[in-house]
Amino acid sequence: MTVLAALRAPRATRANALHAGAWWLWALGLATAASRTTNPLLLALIVAVTGYVVAARRTDAPWARSYAAFLKLALLVLAVRMVFTTLLGSPIPGTVVLFTLPEIPLPEWAQGVRLGGRVTAEGLVFSLYEGLKLATILVCLGAANALANPARLLKSLPAALYEAGLAVVVAMTFAPHLVADVRRLRAARRLRGRDDKGVRAVLRIGLPVLEGALERSVALAASMDARGYGRTARVPAAVRRTTAVLTLGGLLGVCAGTYGLLASEGAAHGLPVLLLGLAAALGGLWLGGRRSVRSRYRPDRWGARAWLVSASGAVVAAAVIRAAAGVPEALRPSVTPLTVPELPLWPAAAVLIGLLPALVAPVPDAPAGADDATGRRAEETPPAKETTRA
Amino acid sequence: MIRFDQVSVTYEDAAVPALHGVDLTVDEGELVLVVGPSGTGKSTLLNTVSGLVPHFTGGTLHGRVTVAGRDTRDHKPRELADVVGTVGQDPLAHFVTDTVEDELAYGMESLGLPPDTMRRRVEETLDLLGLAELRDRPTATLSGGQMQRVAIGSVLTTHPKALVLDEPTSALDPAAAEEVLAVLQRLVHDLGTTVLLAEHRLERVVQYADRVLLLPAPGAAPVLGDPAEVMALSPVRPPVVALGRLAGWSPPPLSVRDARRRAAGLRERLAPLVPPAGDGPGRASSTVPPLAEVSSLAVHRGRIAALRGVDLTVRPGETVALMGRNGAGKSTLLNALVGVHEPTRGRIRLGGASGGASGVVPHRTKPSELLRHVGLVPQDPRDLLYADTVAAECAAADRDTGAEPGTCRALVSSLLPDVPDTTHPRDLSEGQRLALALAVVLSAAPPLLLLDEPTRGLDYAAKERLTGVLRSLADDGHAIVLATHDVELAAELAHRVVVLADGEVVADGPSAEVVTSSPAFAPQTAKILSPQPWLTVHQVRAALAGAGGGA
Repeated sequence: MTVLAALRAPRATRANALHAGAWWLWALGLATAASRTTNPLLLALIVAVTGYVVAARRTDAPWARSYAAFLKLALLVLAVRMVFTTLLGSPIPGTVVLFTLPEIPLPEWAQGVRLGGRVTAEGLVFSLYEGLKLATILVCLGAANALANPARLLKSLPAALYEAGLAVVVAMTFAPHLVADVRRLRAARRLRGRDDKGVRAVLRIGLPVLEGALERSVALAASMDARGYGRTARVPAAVRRTTAVLTLGGLLGVCAGTYGLLASEGAAHGLPVLLLGLAAALGGLWLGGRRSVRSRYRPDRWGARAWLVSASGAVVAAAVIRAAAGVPEALRPSVTPLTVPELPLWPAAAVLIGLLPALVAPVPDAPAGADDATGRRAEETPPAKETTRA
Repeated sequence: MIRFDQVSVTYEDAAVPALHGVDLTVDEGELVLVVGPSGTGKSTLLNTVSGLVPHFTGGTLHGRVTVAGRDTRDHKPRELADVVGTVGQDPLAHFVTDTVEDELAYGMESLGLPPDTMRRRVEETLDLLGLAELRDRPTATLSGGQMQRVAIGSVLTTHPKALVLDEPTSALDPAAAEEVLAVLQRLVHDLGTTVLLAEHRLERVVQYADRVLLLPAPGAAPVLGDPAEVMALSPVRPPVVALGRLAGWSPPPLSVRDARRRAAGLRERLAPLVPPAGDGPGRASSTVPPLAEVSSLAVHRGRIAALRGVDLTVRPGETVALMGRNGAGKSTLLNALVGVHEPTRGRIRLGGASGGASGVVPHRTKPSELLRHVGLVPQDPRDLLYADTVAAECAAADRDTGAEPGTCRALVSSLLPDVPDTTHPRDLSEGQRLALALAVVLSAAPPLLLLDEPTRGLDYAAKERLTGVLRSLADDGHAIVLATHDVELAAELAHRVVVLADGEVVADGPSAEVVTSSPAFAPQTAKILSPQPWLTVHQVRAALAGAGGGA
């Protein structure tokens, strides 16, 4: 019983917050698994797993709404893919013709491109599978976005990247301000007796909105400067040069290694190159961090729960990669001839391990509801006494 | 602590220096209040202390400013971050991170303080400023007073020797302003922090100042001295000082308490007199059809009920002040009256020129038509101004409203006698910009005029002009509704005060009754002369002059 009690997820507080990196590793694990299969049942299962975890562990923060946005984006990608297959045909030879579109004859130089013509079931199913794969990867990224606090992730960045990272995070917080500005200025157009609806109204206020954004950024820059942003320590020139070489070389190595790993051939030397590049880049970043005098306030700790969450993602990825090698026919159901995809049992069971975060990650507070109204109410005492109504 | 040594500042494209001949020393643990009309270089003076002038803003600084022995010419703002804490006018623009706790730690992180020191200081600061319950809140969801306190806390954690604040209470409701001032008081008394503070709302702060630095006119030499002495010759002064001068008290009192103790004689003289009755409510008898009728209005914004069950009737010639703390629903009500928000329940009808007996419903009316019924000057007048010269703005306003060409320009000239046509609206001062926006709105001659926080950032002179303009508009039969935190303005102008709290009307009655019954909303004159029903220095002056003439 006591073991169970200890395992039960605690309420999330600042002290036990799950490391943002753990969420990203988990989501990347699932995304890797999705990239290795086209089985629609398995892909749907992965989407369901991310959906469940997000529903169980997301906060009420603005970024937490990005899951729905990514879901819509994924559907859009899928739809675009299907439309293109229908219109442009598919490289998959098919025999089951569903319908035939009028074909538009194209000139000589456009040979190999087809507009209209036969639409086969095989072609459609193939692009549905491929589209689903891409959509699932997008959904996994959406889940990471929704669950990991970008500002906390920033705290875990190497010191050398901090300032660039902060610029990105600040830019992200500007987006909601811009939306609010557009809304306010559109309302103001109404006050001038001009139409406040339609695209033209939005375009007209473009300049004032930009001016406002610019003013705000200047004010923020002044405030950051006055608060010590960009204080640096002196480092010898040799160290600076070594930093540059290590970082650039390392990043090139990472690119080459990743390409080797992802391409179907060359996986053998891909891994060592990737690791070497990674090591060099990390060394460069560590050296670069010596220029920064910053310290960190309460960075998220990488505790047992973070290990569990990231490991669950890694296990899913490893299991599906393994299965892709062992039972390729189950993970890539054939389209010529068309077959009904089956749910391969043990890879499916492995994907379910991805649900672990919904059990072990700390539970965020219930959505605070109208937090900005209730909070204010609680904070300040009512200034006015009852008076007679005139 | 802070030394100004023959300092003058000239911005690049300016002919005259923004600041000239400042030569003074601010001692450790002093609270120095910087006062003066708009445009006399208060912000420039404050920013020279943090080094933002000239390092960030450009311009040329002559002379020398030293803070805790560091010369701002050789130290960039970031290198002064550990001795000077700066808080600007808009706390939202100050926040770098997204939660209160991270915001408090940000400055210390930049300085590279060790983690356990940071942890300790954050906890101390949370307690010092009463922010402990807010520690995990996103900064964007805080109320105005809370934001200002967090902004102050965020610069306090680095334990600066000097704190520089530019209009910290201007945007706040009276209660929130008290909150912030109490914190400053505590810093000066308990921690010995040196505070340099600029503020237009002198009635809120002057009593806390150890010394006052007066910048009387652009480029004129500043005067530093004892608050009472400086107030005696200052062109800007709070009502308590104005009343003191009227009564011939010398030195003038600075706080309501001082004044009350001396006011026995004045109260006796005033006892037989009665304040001039407000003419609005009398004239606006219930037989005149109302210009706006709001009945059981509810507006929901997202999941938040911004207004619920609000009833309000506005008649011609009446000036109504909407009061209540930040976030009480004042702006939402004004916006609903111009159709920006659609009522969730209840209804709004606007009468007026072509509305006929039934009136119009704002959110269903075309903007060009609505303009003839109601006009709103928003919180930031810049929202209304798109053109790049005053003349173009006026021409556009005439076109939009279908008014005679030249109508708007004539209005601008009457409100602002000396504004050239070619000025860019963004280069105008706050008061001038407000007047321009007001002229643009008035071009359509709406019978109902709404103003959202019109006195934010205005000095006393600009406020005086605005009061005159609004009063003559009301005399012409316009109805005016203004949402404001400024109790003095409400006392001066409004016939009726409506207090909103949490989206509900909690008080609605003649100004004298409503404002005097609530300590937070009572103007200084009323506090000094209570229980007599005087609200403004003007009333007292007029009554005394009348009595003197009669005798």
